[in-house]
Amino acid sequence: MTSTAMNAAAGTAPALEMHEVTKVYGEGENAITALASATISIGSNEMVALVGPSGSGKTTLLSIAGGLLAPTSGQVIVGGRDISHASPTELTEVRRNTVGFVFQSVNLVPFLTARENLLLVDELRGSRGKQSKARADRLLDELGLSKRLHNLPSQLSGGERQRVAIGRALMNEPALVLFDEPTSALDTQLGEQVMELIQSEVKGRGTAAIIITHDSRMTHWCDRTVRILDGRLQSDELATAG
Amino acid sequence: MRLAWLELRRRPGKFSVAVVTLTVLAALLLFLAGLLDGLFLGSTGALRAQRADVFVYSSTSRDSFLRSTITPDTRAAVEAVQGVDAVGGLSVTLLGAVVPGETELADVAVIGYELQPSGIPRPSGPGQAWADERLKGFGVGQGDTLLVGPAKTPITVVGFVADSNFQLQGGLWVQTDTWRQVQNQNRPDAPSAAGDVQVLLVQASPGQDAALLADRIDASTRVTSSLTKAEAENSLPGTKEQRTTFNSILATTYMVVVVIVALFFALLTLERTPLYGMLKAIGASSRQLFVGVILQAIIIATVAFAIGGGLVAALSAAAPPKLPLQVQASRIFTSYVILAVCAVIGSLLSLRRVSRIDPAQAIGTAQ
Repeated sequence: MTSTAMNAAAGTAPALEMHEVTKVYGEGENAITALASATISIGSNEMVALVGPSGSGKTTLLSIAGGLLAPTSGQVIVGGRDISHASPTELTEVRRNTVGFVFQSVNLVPFLTARENLLLVDELRGSRGKQSKARADRLLDELGLSKRLHNLPSQLSGGERQRVAIGRALMNEPALVLFDEPTSALDTQLGEQVMELIQSEVKGRGTAAIIITHDSRMTHWCDRTVRILDGRLQSDELATAG
Repeated sequence: MRLAWLELRRRPGKFSVAVVTLTVLAALLLFLAGLLDGLFLGSTGALRAQRADVFVYSSTSRDSFLRSTITPDTRAAVEAVQGVDAVGGLSVTLLGAVVPGETELADVAVIGYELQPSGIPRPSGPGQAWADERLKGFGVGQGDTLLVGPAKTPITVVGFVADSNFQLQGGLWVQTDTWRQVQNQNRPDAPSAAGDVQVLLVQASPGQDAALLADRIDASTRVTSSLTKAEAENSLPGTKEQRTTFNSILATTYMVVVVIVALFFALLTLERTPLYGMLKAIGASSRQLFVGVILQAIIIATVAFAIGGGLVAALSAAAPPKLPLQVQASRIFTSYVILAVCAVIGSLLSLRRVSRIDPAQAIGTAQ
């Protein structure tokens, strides 16, 4: 059964729809097609692993899905909103309200505490109050960081920093969370723990997720695996375990 | 904005170079401005105190007190001009004076006056003077008799007045006859005849325009050169030149502030590029980031100005009385505003760099 079929069966709108999306860098003889006619649909409660070798177009796909890059052609719908031709300001708004990011390099603000890193998301949206603090505390508690609220990133372990980053990505209650190799800097055991946490948090909220990973041992945590090679989506496999 | 504030609070070391540099520049700016004001105020106090609208010089004097002579005939001609309400003579002689118990001569300006200036009582008796407080720094006390000039003309101090100096020399305010005695005894090369004064001060009738009245006086007498009060202050030797020189130095220093802040934030923006990329990726707008940069520039300028101001205040308190350093509240305010504006202009030069940071670089970048 395809993802679209699953969504239809579930009666929910997809969190992400990409139709015939192409991204070309450069012009003329120097043109490089990073993504070619990519079509994919991800349900509102679906976790998808995106795998492929370096330079295959994973990052480009993730960037377009997250409103970081505009496609050269094709249609992109995130959380029900067509962002194919959105202006930079509109894309900023989409990233602020609809998408969550967990970056490969964790990228927490080094001079903010764990709690403040989460509250930053709401501050960028122009809201900061008791509700924001309560949500940040609840998220950090769920992530096992209730005793680390006031620690700076430099005072946290690699795994704890990754968990803070996950909390930050969920802070704006996004329709779609994008993970850029979230376990690449972690050992296998910690990687498994983080993936379990991601699955628990994402599934528990009914949020969709795309996870870029090089580690095939981590794909079983996802509902399906999408492979990409030379900018083309190759296959769409349902997970057999997880 | 909160992000920018927290960075300043928690990583003050990162901004220390900019704060130290701007502190030195702020102290320099205030010191120079204090000198400029001190020189101007110390030179013009005797004129600023006058309740006069027009200063009438003899036409051959090139607007100099020391070269000007107004005779009784000219005085009568001025009094007859329509719009003239009252006139009074003002004459000055610059000399050294021996202070009782002191070895160093005090620089004094013996000023003969008729119209009562602001803040200075009416002339005391013959041989008596109201002294400017600046002379206290030379050891002058109430009741002291100063021996003025090479002829050692005695003048007794009956009390002190403030901000009444002429050409940075301490004012000794005396009757015109006492001034004439001092002038004739000590400056035999430029004697003053009975009834002569150097400059005639004119109080205009209500509603009269000072500049028009000055023109009318000159047209009527044909032997005078009349200036408004502001023109007279600026006509004092060196005043305009001092102001031009100091203002040029101040303007150059403010430009250095712009360059320093621009360079600092350019380097900081370069260092922050990955952070800004990540912040943009999670929804920060360029405007939000830039407001933070401007806030940091203003806070750095404010802290530097406060420290620099403290340094200049300490220097001012410890400075010898001869140093014409006067830092006024209005000058402190305008200096701070200009410094803050320069800091904002400097930070604005990072605007393009901040706005061009691509949020997509946050993806696919390993630590």
